[in-house]
Amino acid sequence: MPIEFTLNGKPQRVNVAPNMPLLWFLRDTLGMTGTKFGCGMALCGACTVHINGEAVRSCVTPVSSVAGKQVVTIEGLSEDRSHPVQRAWIELDVPQCGYCQSGQIMSAAALLAKNPHPSDAEIDDAMRGNICRCGTYHRIRLAIQRAARLKYPQAKSAKARAGGAELLPTAQFAAQGGGK
Amino acid sequence: MNGCESQHINRRSFLKRGTLGATGLLIGFYLPELRQAHAADSVRSNSAASGGRVTLNAWIHVSADDTVTIFIDKSEMGQSVLTGLAMIAADELECDWQKVRTEFAPADKVYFNPQFGAQGTGASTATRTSWEPLRKAGAAARMMLLRAAAQKWGVEPSECRAEKGAILHAPTGRRTSYGSVSQAAGKIPVPQEIPLKDPRDFRIIGKPTRRLDTPDKVNGRAEFGIDVRRENMLYAVVARCPVFGGKVASFDASKAKAIPGVKHVAQISSGVAVVADNSWTAMEGRRALDVKWDEGPNAAATSETIRKLFAERASRPGHIARKDGDPEAQIEHAARKIEAVYEVPFLAHATMEPQNCTADVTAQRCDVWAPTQNQTNAQKTAADITGLDPSKVFVHTTFLGGGFGRRFESDYVADAVEVSKAAGKPVKVTWSREDDIQHDFYRTASYAKFTAGLDADGWPTVWMNRIACPSIMGRFGPLKDNFDARSVEICDAVPYAIPNILVDYQLAEAGIPVGFWRSVGASQNGFFLESFIDELAAEGNKDPYELRRHLLRNAPRHLRVLETAAEKAGWGTPPPAGRFRGLAVVSSYFGYVAHVIEISVDRSKRSLNVHRVVCALDCGRVVNPSSIDAQVKSSVVYGLTAALHGEITIDRGRVQQSNFHDYQMLRIADMPVVDVYIIPSELAPTGTGEFAVPPVAPALCNAIFAATRRRIRRLPVRPEDLA
Repeated sequence: MPIEFTLNGKPQRVNVAPNMPLLWFLRDTLGMTGTKFGCGMALCGACTVHINGEAVRSCVTPVSSVAGKQVVTIEGLSEDRSHPVQRAWIELDVPQCGYCQSGQIMSAAALLAKNPHPSDAEIDDAMRGNICRCGTYHRIRLAIQRAARLKYPQAKSAKARAGGAELLPTAQFAAQGGGK
Repeated sequence: MNGCESQHINRRSFLKRGTLGATGLLIGFYLPELRQAHAADSVRSNSAASGGRVTLNAWIHVSADDTVTIFIDKSEMGQSVLTGLAMIAADELECDWQKVRTEFAPADKVYFNPQFGAQGTGASTATRTSWEPLRKAGAAARMMLLRAAAQKWGVEPSECRAEKGAILHAPTGRRTSYGSVSQAAGKIPVPQEIPLKDPRDFRIIGKPTRRLDTPDKVNGRAEFGIDVRRENMLYAVVARCPVFGGKVASFDASKAKAIPGVKHVAQISSGVAVVADNSWTAMEGRRALDVKWDEGPNAAATSETIRKLFAERASRPGHIARKDGDPEAQIEHAARKIEAVYEVPFLAHATMEPQNCTADVTAQRCDVWAPTQNQTNAQKTAADITGLDPSKVFVHTTFLGGGFGRRFESDYVADAVEVSKAAGKPVKVTWSREDDIQHDFYRTASYAKFTAGLDADGWPTVWMNRIACPSIMGRFGPLKDNFDARSVEICDAVPYAIPNILVDYQLAEAGIPVGFWRSVGASQNGFFLESFIDELAAEGNKDPYELRRHLLRNAPRHLRVLETAAEKAGWGTPPPAGRFRGLAVVSSYFGYVAHVIEISVDRSKRSLNVHRVVCALDCGRVVNPSSIDAQVKSSVVYGLTAALHGEITIDRGRVQQSNFHDYQMLRIADMPVVDVYIIPSELAPTGTGEFAVPPVAPALCNAIFAATRRRIRRLPVRPEDLA
């Protein structure tokens, strides 16, 4: 029996073993490699996708369980990197190696859909399941707050100009002569 | 082990010499030939973008539409080398930064890292060793474009100048873009004398600059090794002996082969490969495999037997790495004698992208798509397995989902090449997270014994330090006098003005594979040295900052970062209530870093919070301050993860940890505030990917001492340490 669901807004028919994890169906069967394999046990969040708007770990989600549901992957978040989370990620130059970032972005987008202005504590709570071995956590926090402002500019005063140089985190130069 | 002898010996002998002064000479030699070498590569790389692209040298290619393509001969594993190297070349080229594209270079001798004698990325060498060659490559290309324009106009080159991707002739007001003279520039001889810009005129170098690879890393487009897909490709996983050094005794593949989609089961060097039409089916096939292992000589090893071995070795004198004064005699005259033993465990790299490789082996050629830090070794590994000449092995470097030294190895390349050869098709081998954690080349466990003498005023007069641990370099060839300098690095370079110093090394092979792990020997030795000096401060009743300042009076670059971090962190002023500070300063990879870490400890819950890290660093000239901010924060996370959670333990010869539930990573909620301060410098740049790791653990543990008066001498920090 083929399984049917909606993938990034388009109908999808599946003819694979029903217990095949959604992750491997996306990556190997469809060739949609934006969703990453990190642990296979829902421990790292690299494989995060949206199922009916919820952030879900696709590595432990049997493809049969998404029958009739709406699945969105990183490839379907926007056509052109225009989702506020993607725009904020670019402005703050979040990724380092980038491998975990599809999952981070999908978790962040799901968070903002429910909570337009999360506090740092709420961000930490929602993003706890996403490991970044490069340690981009600081910029992830900043970028989620920035994305909230981009998404709901009327709610809080947006920073002057999108992509402004002032948004890029950078190290400071110590004053000449330094020290004491 | 996997055939990387030559480059590792070169790496080692190079490290002894310090710096290579020959890069300038080298570029003069190889720029001209390179253009031919590269033209050939472009043809075979089959790059869609190569149409109309003129190769001016191995790195710089200019297209008629003004696009400048810069070849990146180092691996991008998060450290922003792709952007940093492009910035260096583009600044001298005077091109329009908006028109810059990058491509990973193929495996070729012209891209050899002078430090390794091979094409590879590691040891924080990329920026340092590319600085001069890439500036010259950019400048040479600019000169050729300028001369081509001058020829076209029939004017003197000296009357022209290059600016933002165009040549201008001021006397006549003429202007032509790089693209429109690129064909003619390709025919201009490569200049032999290549003057470089005055650094005051840098327009790109030194400015906070966004990464060129970010746009493709926010929509899933960036291609990592694990994402490679080839026509008719099969997918494989390998069952490996859980015990290091063990091998396959026999196996029964009948149940695995009965699973629909499993195509082949084949024994290869590393174990038994199951090949299927997708990765998940291959994993299911591996679960159904019945393999009998010959567990070999390490089957009885445990963490405790290894620890005892280290302690036993450390009880005997070792090969002397450094001796100043007469420590053995002077220790007898010391007013006080302080002794301590420090220990660290094995650590896995745990790159977010598990190891993987795709290979396509045919009778005529072998293509390898790999997230590798070591292109030359990947090529040699594939050539050895296939019997093909290395020139018939084409290494395609992808993005790396983390490297940290793990991908300097080529074991995953061997897997893919062997399986593709056996299956007769392109094959992608993917490691599970369990494979990755249980079959790593680990940061070595190590054991450090200290004896110090203090004078009547509490100042150190004698410093004796013995290290016992396995050797990384011993993997690649016999060690002279059983000595591996990398096992004692940092510890042998005690920067403190102590008149009597002895540092020696006892080789202690444990049967566990060890390798390069972000900051290598410095990762554990920075902890040893900077913890014990802190102990001496406490024993001598001195402030740990003031003691260091006094003893670093002849080490100006150490002193400068130490003083800057202390000042910015408010050392000497009381921290907020309930908070405690610790500091450490370490020089590694030609750079200098001091951290002050501020923590609070909840002794009833046996837990701690890291609130703030203040970092001051000296890395010579800065290429991209935004990348430095990112690399320091990355190093803080990497160092804290190791200090607070990192421990690979051994039982019955096998690793007991398997995935992120029992090999834990720092999570976002644990991320402290990190303030990064750069000491301005006009010296040539050093790499910044590793040097901020070593001072993290000692600064943390010194803060724990400030909070609890309990000295952490064994990592990771355990709950009972905080009681």
